[in-house]
Amino acid sequence: MKEFKYTLTDPEGIHARPAGELVKKAKEFESAVTISKDGKSADAKRLFALMGLAVKQGQEVVVSAEGPDEDAAIEAMSEFMKANL
Amino acid sequence: MKTYEGKSVFGGVAIGKVLVYKKGEQQVKRQRVTDTQAELERFENARTEAVEQLKALYAKAVKEVGEASAAIFEIHQMMLEDLDYLDSIHNMIQTQEVNAEYAVATTSDNFAMMFSSMDDAYMKERAADVKDVSERILAVLSGGVKSTVATDEPSIIVADDLAPSETVQLDKDKVLAFVTVHGSSNSHTAILARTMGIPALIGTPVDLESVDGKTAVVDGYSGTFYVDPDEETRKVMLEKQKKDKEQKELLQTLKGKENVTLDGKKVMIYANIGNIKDLAMVLQNDAGGIGLFRSEFIYLEHDDYPTEEEQFKVYRAVAETMAGKRVIIRTLDIGADKQAAYFNMDHEENPALGYRAIRICLTREDIFKTQLRAIFRASAFGKISVMYPMIISVDEVKKIKRIVEEVKAELTSQQIAFGEVEQGIMIETPAAVMVSEALAKEVDFFSIGTNDLTQYTLAIDRQNPKLEEFYDPHHPAVLNMIRMTVENAHKAGIWAGICGELGADPELTKFFLSIGVDELSVSPGRVLALRKTVLETDVDKEREEQLKTWL
Repeated sequence: MKEFKYTLTDPEGIHARPAGELVKKAKEFESAVTISKDGKSADAKRLFALMGLAVKQGQEVVVSAEGPDEDAAIEAMSEFMKANL
Repeated sequence: MKTYEGKSVFGGVAIGKVLVYKKGEQQVKRQRVTDTQAELERFENARTEAVEQLKALYAKAVKEVGEASAAIFEIHQMMLEDLDYLDSIHNMIQTQEVNAEYAVATTSDNFAMMFSSMDDAYMKERAADVKDVSERILAVLSGGVKSTVATDEPSIIVADDLAPSETVQLDKDKVLAFVTVHGSSNSHTAILARTMGIPALIGTPVDLESVDGKTAVVDGYSGTFYVDPDEETRKVMLEKQKKDKEQKELLQTLKGKENVTLDGKKVMIYANIGNIKDLAMVLQNDAGGIGLFRSEFIYLEHDDYPTEEEQFKVYRAVAETMAGKRVIIRTLDIGADKQAAYFNMDHEENPALGYRAIRICLTREDIFKTQLRAIFRASAFGKISVMYPMIISVDEVKKIKRIVEEVKAELTSQQIAFGEVEQGIMIETPAAVMVSEALAKEVDFFSIGTNDLTQYTLAIDRQNPKLEEFYDPHHPAVLNMIRMTVENAHKAGIWAGICGELGADPELTKFFLSIGVDELSVSPGRVLALRKTVLETDVDKEREEQLKTWL
């Protein structure tokens, strides 16, 4: 399993639109991608669960991936978060 | 006549018949099914159909209100593909042997409840989205198309609340205005109404039953909804509507035109913005660039110093959105009337004359450098200029330029890209005006901040309401200061603009053109009106008269 930490800089947090984009990105990979905040975690391929985390600006999340393409998944997620969130 | 007060989300005046829109309440009954496999298939077919409808709505919305506002329908499609949502429905059909309608309605309620119980205002609103998409499936299941407003006559749509899909499905030619009992300015309906450009009120406590079919007036400027207006109100509102319409039509014809006077003098008309949210207005009103980007909001919205990365993201977004048009970012102008707690500033007897703006930046280089790095990095993504507020001396400008050189050297050694950045200063102190000849040799442009320049020239505190009658921005002392600044800029071969409120003062436009002001930066809504005046002015003919009138 691979993981990284990321602190949200987007003033609006993970709101609907980026959540949708994030789900699309996660779905490109076979590995399970999980996003956790304060002990709560959500499957990054599930839109409602992800929005339910209500991640806001300045909060830290842990993004982890587990599966055959976990390296690529982590790299892609990290790039996505930096560019969009 | 009955009068209701609501919250306006978009201006304009509408007069017409009220059409109360009631949701086609889908009565869902729980029924037992024996063939759960067939029921699952029924659900899947309905879902596919709903997704198709949303795709069509998305395309319609992109065309009518733009991609950003249309994105919600893409999110709606994704909601209908969400695994948790689908699992819940599938499970209910299979294990409880219930009809698809019941499974969808129950799941919808559960998810909506999850959102409405969140403590975040934005997320609370998303409960409406869940219900909206679920109702779409229910409508397909029941064989009907989701209820839409059917009317032949253009009407004022009054409803409890409107879902985004309901708003966009309305035939735009048949809608004069929206009035809703609920809804927030955060809701998609409000955003869509704004992009569609029709008057809309939310939070209006209307009794739906009593207003249907009646004649009414929506005043989107005051937020008032008049039902059965009396003759007097009707007359006043008709007049207001006529003026509003003329203004809007006139301005539309000015879009895309160059800002050039009758005798061929060109002037740049830019927009002032104080938040990234204002960008839409900038584009809508056809501003040639951003003449003043007040970077303070980034600092005021944070509980701690915003990082380089946070700032970079904002500046980059603005640069990219403006796509090659000039964006002038004013560095931190905090202090005086704008305070952020984490700066821990001492109480001052005289804050307007105190520790503020560039004075903070020059004593706290760490804060200044972080901002400059973010600005320079963003310059790789568009045409960015930077300007410094509250300058009083050539020495300050030299210090700033030394810091800028250090920042550029750092970025170069770190192999971080940046573009050409023009550097200018705000002329807003009498001191800067008096030494403007020397200052002009050090910078690429001047931008005159008339609010502060007036306050400092006339020695009048802008914050003191008692002094209002003495505060006169038309004072010849102020106007002479402006003229002197422009002359000294031109002597050194640089341009000079005005970014204070005075720039949008229609009485003074001809005067500014007469003294050779090169740029006027005003709030986005004033851009086109200003363009109109420019197009009607003959500077050569009018100059003498203008100078005589004002100086």
